[in-house]
Amino acid sequence: MRFPLRRSHLDRVLRGGLIAAAVAAGSIFLLVFLFLLKEAGPSFSNPGPKAMLTDADWYPTTGSFGMLPMLLATLATAFGGLLLAVPVGVGAAVFARYFAPRFLAPLLRRLMELLAGIPSVVFGLWGLLVLVPGISESLGGPGQSLLAATLVLALMIVPTIALTADAALRAVPSTVLLGATALGLSRGSVVRRVALPTAAAGIRSGILLALARGLGETMAVLMIAGNKVQAPYDLLQPVRTLSANLALELGYASEAHRSVLFFGGLLLTTTVLLSLMPRFLAREGTL
Amino acid sequence: MSESPSPSSPSPSLAPWLLFSLLGLLSCLSCTKADGTGSSRLVVTGSSTLAPLLADLAASYERLHPEVRIDVQSGGSGRGIADARSGVADFGMVSRDLYTEEGDLKAWTLARDGVGLLVHEENPIPALTSNQVRAIYRGEITDWSQLGGAAGRITVVHKAEGRATLQVFLDYFGLKNPEIHADIIAGENEHAIKTIAGDRRALGYVSIGTAEEDILHGISVRLVDLDGVPASSEEVAAGRFPMTRALNLVAPESPHGVAADFLLYVMSSEANDQIRAFSFTPLTP
Repeated sequence: MRFPLRRSHLDRVLRGGLIAAAVAAGSIFLLVFLFLLKEAGPSFSNPGPKAMLTDADWYPTTGSFGMLPMLLATLATAFGGLLLAVPVGVGAAVFARYFAPRFLAPLLRRLMELLAGIPSVVFGLWGLLVLVPGISESLGGPGQSLLAATLVLALMIVPTIALTADAALRAVPSTVLLGATALGLSRGSVVRRVALPTAAAGIRSGILLALARGLGETMAVLMIAGNKVQAPYDLLQPVRTLSANLALELGYASEAHRSVLFFGGLLLTTTVLLSLMPRFLAREGTL
Repeated sequence: MSESPSPSSPSPSLAPWLLFSLLGLLSCLSCTKADGTGSSRLVVTGSSTLAPLLADLAASYERLHPEVRIDVQSGGSGRGIADARSGVADFGMVSRDLYTEEGDLKAWTLARDGVGLLVHEENPIPALTSNQVRAIYRGEITDWSQLGGAAGRITVVHKAEGRATLQVFLDYFGLKNPEIHADIIAGENEHAIKTIAGDRRALGYVSIGTAEEDILHGISVRLVDLDGVPASSEEVAAGRFPMTRALNLVAPESPHGVAADFLLYVMSSEANDQIRAFSFTPLTP
């Protein structure tokens, strides 16, 4: 009789602790969002959302607050990075799980984990000292550009995609794979027709997380994107993302300029939320 | 033998909140500023140009006065102004002259720094005139060959809005920010210097003190003469180099107690060697 009772007591303690942890985790996001709303508040009346999205230029100290080019640049770098990183990341995961020699697969996973742990400022420095001069000399232009930012973002999110895809593939029941093999399917067909579709939800989930990271990445992008405020119309021309704009100017801004920068932060957070929407809408566990 | 839930069971759920409030309390303790007599803790925040120098001066002051703790935080001249006004900091660091709307603050100039034009080490151009610089930043001159250099499109490196170096640059050349045709917008001095070190065709402007430090450490950039005056800390010290700025500490009113003593120390000739070590120009002989 003692045991179950002890357990229930422990359960209650554990439950209380877990609820507190969950409330803390959940309220952090809410508090951040409320803080952004409060700080951005004055910008809703002056200069107003319309001016902030339709002004032709960004000269915040002289009253032009056009942030649309920066929103477009944020989307261009993040989705561009995704376009490059998804095939590489998913490919690496499939290779590690089904095609790599026995000794190579764990090595590849460790490498991806290491890559995921490199601080973004290191990617930024490498981009600034190696990639940017390379682009400038081989393709022309100032080097710091949409292309440089997209390439470095792709590098940074490959491990996220590869590791989540690897975990999703690992979760495919071996009986399913064995069954497919027993039906006489080749290894390629098993991967394409059985493993990947079964793991699709997990892989999509990893891609969305990578997209969120790409949208919010600041330091590396700030160092290599050139930060000129213009629409992303040319791969070799510089752009400025919303996060880079915050990092560049927030320490130096006051009054209207400051609240507009927080509106930029709000815009960025909303974009990330929208990009994660498919995850929220999907039933728990399917995506 | 039944056990009733002990009265302590809700405590684990409270623990994180207690921890949070404790953290909050601690951060409040650290933000209370020294008002002189009783306390011995000073907070100095602001300009990223000045922060390394002030950290160094604070360390040597702390060696002389072990009971004093000085906390130096970088975050831009704008933050220095805001923190001095709000009282979060005892002194704000501001690496430019104060504007008229900042007249509510008192400023003490401890050194001057030049803003110099910077190119890649391999760029052969020896000197630029004010008119040429104006034309380049307005987009009227776009190629080095128009200035007698090797052919190549000029990569114009500019600074982000609100930076002190940007203000000094615009004021000196009488330019307005919307007229500028920039290719790259840099944040900190180091960002601009690394950008120029990686681009043979780049032109930018940075703190002469910071640039000289980096050149000593082998970064492949070169300061260009402006209107016939070499851009060097010697010329700034001699008062000949034209594009300079004041490096200030600011506060709403004259300090007293420890803060006043620290101010006296950094303004005295004792601080000169350290100021020169950062390639800035001290004002006291």
